[in-house]
Parts: sequence; structure tokens; C-alpha cells
Amino acid sequence: MKKVLMGNFAASHGVRLSRAQVISAYPITPQTHVVEELSAMVARGDLEAKFIKVESEHSALACCIAASVMGARAFTATSSHGLLLMHELLHWAAGGRLPIVMVAVNRAIAPGWNIWNEQTDTLSQRDTGWIQLYCASNQEILDTVIQAFRLAESVKIPVMVIYDAFILSHTYEPVDIPEQDTIDGFLPPLDNPEALKVGEARAFGSVTNPDFHMEFRIKMHNSYRRAMEEFEQVDRDYAALTGRGYGIVEPYRCDDADLIMVAAGSLAGPVRMVVDDLREKGIKAGRVKLKMFRPFPAAQLKEALKPAKKILVLDRNLSPGTGGIFAHEIRSAMKDDSRPIWGFVAGLGGRDITPELIASMFFDALGAEAPVSNTIFKGVRL
Amino acid sequence: MIEPTYVMEESEELLFPGHLACQGCGATIAMRYVLKALGRKTVVVIPACCWSIISGLFPSSCLDVPLIHTAFETAAAAATGVRAALDVQGQEDVNVLAWAGDGGTFDIGFQALSGAAERNENIIYCCYDNEAYMNTGIQRSSATPVGAWTTTTPKGGLEDRPKKDIVPIMAAHRIPYTATANVAFPDDLYRKVKKALSYKGMKFIHILSPCPTGWRIPSSESIEVARLATLTNLFPLYEVENGDTWRVTYHPSRKMPVEKYLDAQARFRLMSGEDRDQIQKNVDKSWQELLKRSG
Repeated sequence: MKKVLMGNFAASHGVRLSRAQVISAYPITPQTHVVEELSAMVARGDLEAKFIKVESEHSALACCIAASVMGARAFTATSSHGLLLMHELLHWAAGGRLPIVMVAVNRAIAPGWNIWNEQTDTLSQRDTGWIQLYCASNQEILDTVIQAFRLAESVKIPVMVIYDAFILSHTYEPVDIPEQDTIDGFLPPLDNPEALKVGEARAFGSVTNPDFHMEFRIKMHNSYRRAMEEFEQVDRDYAALTGRGYGIVEPYRCDDADLIMVAAGSLAGPVRMVVDDLREKGIKAGRVKLKMFRPFPAAQLKEALKPAKKILVLDRNLSPGTGGIFAHEIRSAMKDDSRPIWGFVAGLGGRDITPELIASMFFDALGAEAPVSNTIFKGVRL
Repeated sequence: MIEPTYVMEESEELLFPGHLACQGCGATIAMRYVLKALGRKTVVVIPACCWSIISGLFPSSCLDVPLIHTAFETAAAAATGVRAALDVQGQEDVNVLAWAGDGGTFDIGFQALSGAAERNENIIYCCYDNEAYMNTGIQRSSATPVGAWTTTTPKGGLEDRPKKDIVPIMAAHRIPYTATANVAFPDDLYRKVKKALSYKGMKFIHILSPCPTGWRIPSSESIEVARLATLTNLFPLYEVENGDTWRVTYHPSRKMPVEKYLDAQARFRLMSGEDRDQIQKNVDKSWQELLKRSG
């Protein structure tokens, strides 16, 4: 059934179709609609779940963690400061190998208060052990939430489904909502054999001395590596049922491209548009949409970038003193590659990234042998 | 007088031998009694505290029930999550015990605790209070009493603020059941846990649990010292139902000076005589207020 939905409601429908059992959340703009709609779904009886209105994001995730330890399918949603408040528990969830799914709506971080779009909040959580999947449309949000539960429960790693504040969260787009039967066939009820059971003398999270701790972390690392293959399988299975798949990276007009720009999230759309415009002008441009950021798909990315003579990265985020975080990761993955990489940072705190601005980045790279510096800020007054 | 229950001796032992507590640890005794009252159909949640260690190192556990270790400030939130999971699984009859120290209850876990109480989560939250951060080596918490020495209230800077009065604060949340208990009065503790279970909703029990290491007392005197806390009216035993019905559950037969309790512990050795007099006055005043509230 097709409906016109804002990105946040697309997420709510994804959670409903995934039959989440325990939902715990705290309000924060621009995520709030996700859980408002879920609470309405629970109240209407469209979703059989416990909806817990906790007193902080920290408690929201603590609650999901404990519910997940007991074998329930748990979901939460947050953004920006809420995500940062959860930081400690992000590690708990991942270290506990708990298949929790979270929606994280990319929003800038204070000071000063800013509710608009920026990716620094989720990217600063990159080492917590969560899988990170970035979405570029409302349809992709709904589909990715459902895929995320299957992926999380298969590799026992929590998954963050990420999309842009307002640009997607509050924007209405036509979205195909799959039938419940279709999703039930794709995502069976959670049966976690490691869950604690009443009557059993088992403990979760006991003090672990140096004899064991490292092996636990290595197992986590290896499962994390496996998550890439697993996601490809999940994506294929989902495509077989719904006709929609997204891939870990999605190249566009890259086969013969001289310049390829890498972008994640909703920016992938305007970059594609600019690529088409440039192609009409005879400039061989291409785009790679990065869906998965953790684990980092270095091999897939390198493959997609193979034809390029010049590589451009568009970051709506900043690691102060270092530059764009995607650019930093890509440079690290391409360290043995001599091709020049332009790292553009734009649109911080919700500033518009227009097609003209994106085109100017391609022209910068077109007119130079190498970037003038590692980090080039675009669309700024300085 | 407290009627001995005897039932406790017949009830199931859910604490295995071989725990890692110090000798004379009140918190371990408290857990044993509480689990006896709760029974096997229980899930325990423990945040960072002495009990994170006492329960045993991976892959061991000294509890014969499922146990979830959780972050320091999350006991009540995690217990909420366990409750939610059990309820969606149709296991409404299983007890959820949040088991936290005074630091995890009075300080860092207070927000989550207040949230769970306000929501009236169907859990039982026990704070075993040893009046400082004992697991990290005796640092003061907001449960540390006036005049006490700790490593962060050293000579020259002894604790000078009154202990946070946690039970009235919890009772003010209008939860079904709030109570104090003391490991030196096991029948009273056992009965209170049983009574708590008769209520659906949030139950809070504040258990005085001596720490010989931190209180600077011989481990063999743990129970004696704990008993003095109640016999001197410094730690009265009472319960509050639905936030408004207060009842003292133990009336000491004769008045005993607070000095007896203070003198038994080296942590109070540096306290001035003036402070001692003031504590006695405060105890007398609080006791009278409690009697008044209890009708």
C-alpha cells in the first residue's frame, strides 16, 4: 500500500511491521514523531508492544538493553544530544551482543542550540560497536528499519538506522508500506538462545578479567566484519520480496567517471542530480552513495571508485582539527592509492547544500591536480 | 517486638556458597534474606556496586537466579526493561529485583529511580546502604552520615551534611510500598519483602548494610553495630504504604544513646563532642516526627 509519509512516520511503520516488543524513548527534536506515532500504534492496538516513557535517553537505552537481555525485540529512537547521552550504553549494547535497533536522526550538537541537520552526532559514535546504516529517502528508512532487525538478530550486533533531520525526518514522500505477512516471512519472531531465562542461574555482564575480556572483543570484531556479508544477504532477500534493495555502496554513473563524489544520507540525491547535469555538459562525473559506514566497507568502496581519476568526498560533519569524518575514513582506506582525494565540508548546522554548491566542488577538482588542503569548507563566509 | 517468622529458615537458599564479599559484609546477608523472600521466580538487576564483584567473576555467579549486570546509573531503568520483556512474554508472575548500593541509589542512579517510581513500575528496588562508595575504596556518597570519615571526607574535612533522607523522598512518589530494613532484624526484612510482593507497582526497601572495611569495625561485629543503629533510633524500622500510611515496625524497648552506635565504629572517631550532641538531638527529633506521622 502506498502512502505519503514523513520520514519519521516511515520509521514508525518499519518498527510496527518488525513487531518490536519493547519500545522505550524520550522526546527530542527531530526524532519525536517516530515514537509519538509508535505510541499511537500501541494505543490503537496496531502494534503489540510495551511502550515505556522513560525520563531520559540514557534510561531509554538501559531499558532496551535489559529487555533485549531477556530476549525481547527492543527499539528506541533518538537524535543529537540524546544519542550523546546514550554513549556509555551504546557500548553496553554492542559489548553485550544485543540485537537492538535504533533510529538516530542526524542533528547538530550544541552549543549553540541547533536542531538542524548535521552528521557529527552519529559519526562521533563510530567506535561504539554499532552497525551504522545511512538512508537517502523515506522509502529507504522504512525498508532499512526492517532489514536492521534481521541483520542485528543474525550477527548479534545492534544497528543504528540513520537519516537527516528535516530533509527526511519532516519531509513527506510517497512510501510503499509492505504487507505484514510479507514482513513476517522475512523477519521471524526473535528467538535468542543466549537470552536469560527465568529459573536459570546465568548472569549477563559479570566482571571479566584479562583472561577473557580480549577474546570477547575479538569475537565481536569478527562478527562485525561478517556483518557486511550478512547485510548483502539480507538486502538480497528483502529485494526478492519487495523489489527494493540498496547495497552497501550504490554507484551511479561511475563506470566511465573521471570524478566520483562519495556522499551518505539524503545528500546522495542532489549529488546524483548534479552528476546528470555535469554529464550533459560533457563532464564525466559519478557518485557513490555510502549506505553502511560501520563496519566500514573499504573493499566495496575501492571497487566502486576504481574508474575515478579524482575522488571527492562530501561531509556534512566535522572532526575539529581533522576535517570531514567520511573523508578521513576514506583516505585511511585508500592509503596505498595515489589518486587525489578532495575533502569537502559543507552544510554544518543545517546550512543548505545547493546543487550549485555541489557543482562547484566538482569544478574545483576539475581545475586542479590536487586539493589545496585536506579540508575544504564550502558555502562559508570566512 | 518483632514476631519471628521461622518461615525464612524453611525457604529456599538462592545464594550459593563461594561469593566474593569481605567477611562480615552486610550487603551479602541482605541479599540472602531478600532472595529467600522473593523465591526462585526472580530476575535480579545489579548496577555497579560491591555486588558487581560479590556475585563472582565470569563465568561464575553466586546467585541461583538470572542476574543482569548493568551500568552504574541504570538499575531502575534496566529493571523496567526486564519487567517489560517479562510482561510481553506472559511472565507477569516473575519478580524483578533491582539491587543497588547507596551510590547507585542516592546519587548516580537517583534520576532513573525517580523515573521508575513515578511510572510505578512493577518492580522491587532494594538499596543496600553501606553509607559510602565502598567498592571503590570508601569515598563519601550522599548517604554518608554527618561526622563520618571516608577517603574523601578525611581528617579536617569530615562529612558535614546530613544523610539524604531517601525513604520519605521515595514515599513522596506515592508508590505502593516503601520501607526501611536492617540486616540485624532479618524477620522484619523478610516480612517487608513479602509484604512488598503483595503490591503491584513500585516497591522500595532501604536496607542498612554495614561494611566492616569502611565503617572501621571488626567483621565479627557487623550485626551488633547494625542492631545498635536501630536500637538507638538512628535508623528506625518503618514502612509507608501508598505514600501516606506510615507505621513504625519496631519500637526499641528502652532508649539507648546514639553514642553507643558511634563509639562502636572507628569511622566516627574524629567527630567532635559537639557534633555528637547535635546528632543525638537530630535523632530524637526525627524519631518524634516519625512517631507523629505513624499516628
